[in-house]
Amino acid sequence: MAVAHAHEHDHPPVANQSSRVDSRLLGMYFFIASEVMLFGSFFTAYFFARVVVGGEGGWPPEGFELPVYLALLNTVILVTSSFTMHWALQAVKRGNRSGLVAGLTLTFLLGLTFLLIQAREYTRLGFAPYENAFGSTFYGLTGLHGAHVFVGLNLLLYALIRSVRGHFGPEPEKHLGVELPGIYWHFVDVMWIIVYVTVYVI
Amino acid sequence: MRNPFRTEAEAFSFVLVCVVLFALVAVAGIFGGGWVALGVFLVLGVGLALYVKSEPKTPEPAVWERGRADGRRRLLVVANETVAGRALREEVVRRAQGETDVLVVCPALNSQLRHWASDEDRAREIAQARLDESLAALADAGVDARGEVGDADPVQAIDDALRTFGADEIVISTHPPGRSNWLEKGVIARSRERYGCPLAHVVVDLEAERGGAAAANDAASGRSSV
Repeated sequence: MAVAHAHEHDHPPVANQSSRVDSRLLGMYFFIASEVMLFGSFFTAYFFARVVVGGEGGWPPEGFELPVYLALLNTVILVTSSFTMHWALQAVKRGNRSGLVAGLTLTFLLGLTFLLIQAREYTRLGFAPYENAFGSTFYGLTGLHGAHVFVGLNLLLYALIRSVRGHFGPEPEKHLGVELPGIYWHFVDVMWIIVYVTVYVI
Repeated sequence: MRNPFRTEAEAFSFVLVCVVLFALVAVAGIFGGGWVALGVFLVLGVGLALYVKSEPKTPEPAVWERGRADGRRRLLVVANETVAGRALREEVVRRAQGETDVLVVCPALNSQLRHWASDEDRAREIAQARLDESLAALADAGVDARGEVGDADPVQAIDDALRTFGADEIVISTHPPGRSNWLEKGVIARSRERYGCPLAHVVVDLEAERGGAAAANDAASGRSSV
């Protein structure tokens, strides 16, 4: 009896897996859920500052102006990059390797352009994060998003290098390395749309 | 609940939806001012939240290969707590006449809390024990069935089973109405809609079966029930 008992516990339990969701995708869901909460906290701070601090003096405060049209251009660039990302994934699903490489390259370049334009915008804004609540929340939100774009660029670069080396194929399990950065990239895109409308438009 | 980031394609669709919705906010901001845009933003935000919360359309039925060259029928039996019930056993024996392969799937029922916060090992152990009991009873009745523990969601468990077992007929066993969680969730109706093969629903009243068995034992031992 003691031997049988010992035998039952001499290895970890066998992992049970349903076809409902792939564990790697599940990891990405949890990651995105945590990201939503992170952005949520920044948005909360932004709206808090806007309602409490900017309630009487208007928002943005007098003397502060945001380059709405430059940010709109950035929005168009980022939304376009979602199209090229989608194109890349459709290409790999059809076994079109050159389409995959072209799609990822374009997505990477568009993302890089977005980031460079944002950096340029920062240098010309004329106010700093430490000046007031408006500056803090503006740089906090857009900077947080910029950091995510930077992470996304790294993921895209990694996927691009792997695609050039021929690591991906049309079967679902062979292009998960493109699918996951794609989901992340679209998430970053959605977040920017919300940031743009919230911070620059309304 | 709908997950807008389930696949890259769905995430891309979500981007497009957001572009359209927030373009409306931008237009409202340009023509109506900040407060109008904020109102539209809030309305659309609630709309988006409701969209994400809504149930997705039932996915396409799983594709499976029906029938085999050797002409043997395939019977898929899905049951959990009622898997060892007499009524189900009799129904399976009746339907498994002739050349029939029988697969019994026992979903590992788990609480939502455990599903997300812990593991389902205990649920699978319990399901496996019930399954073993059922398979042994079927073997005694002359039915050579095999079994497996399935996903906690019975429809998902059927989907999983059909990927490797092209059933000609499905039998789902539940508790009687009023006591069955599966009936409450519309598992039978959803399965009938989802799968193209004949589907039989067997109701197993375990309490009545236990009562009947106890009475039979009492009668056999010469005691009278009070």
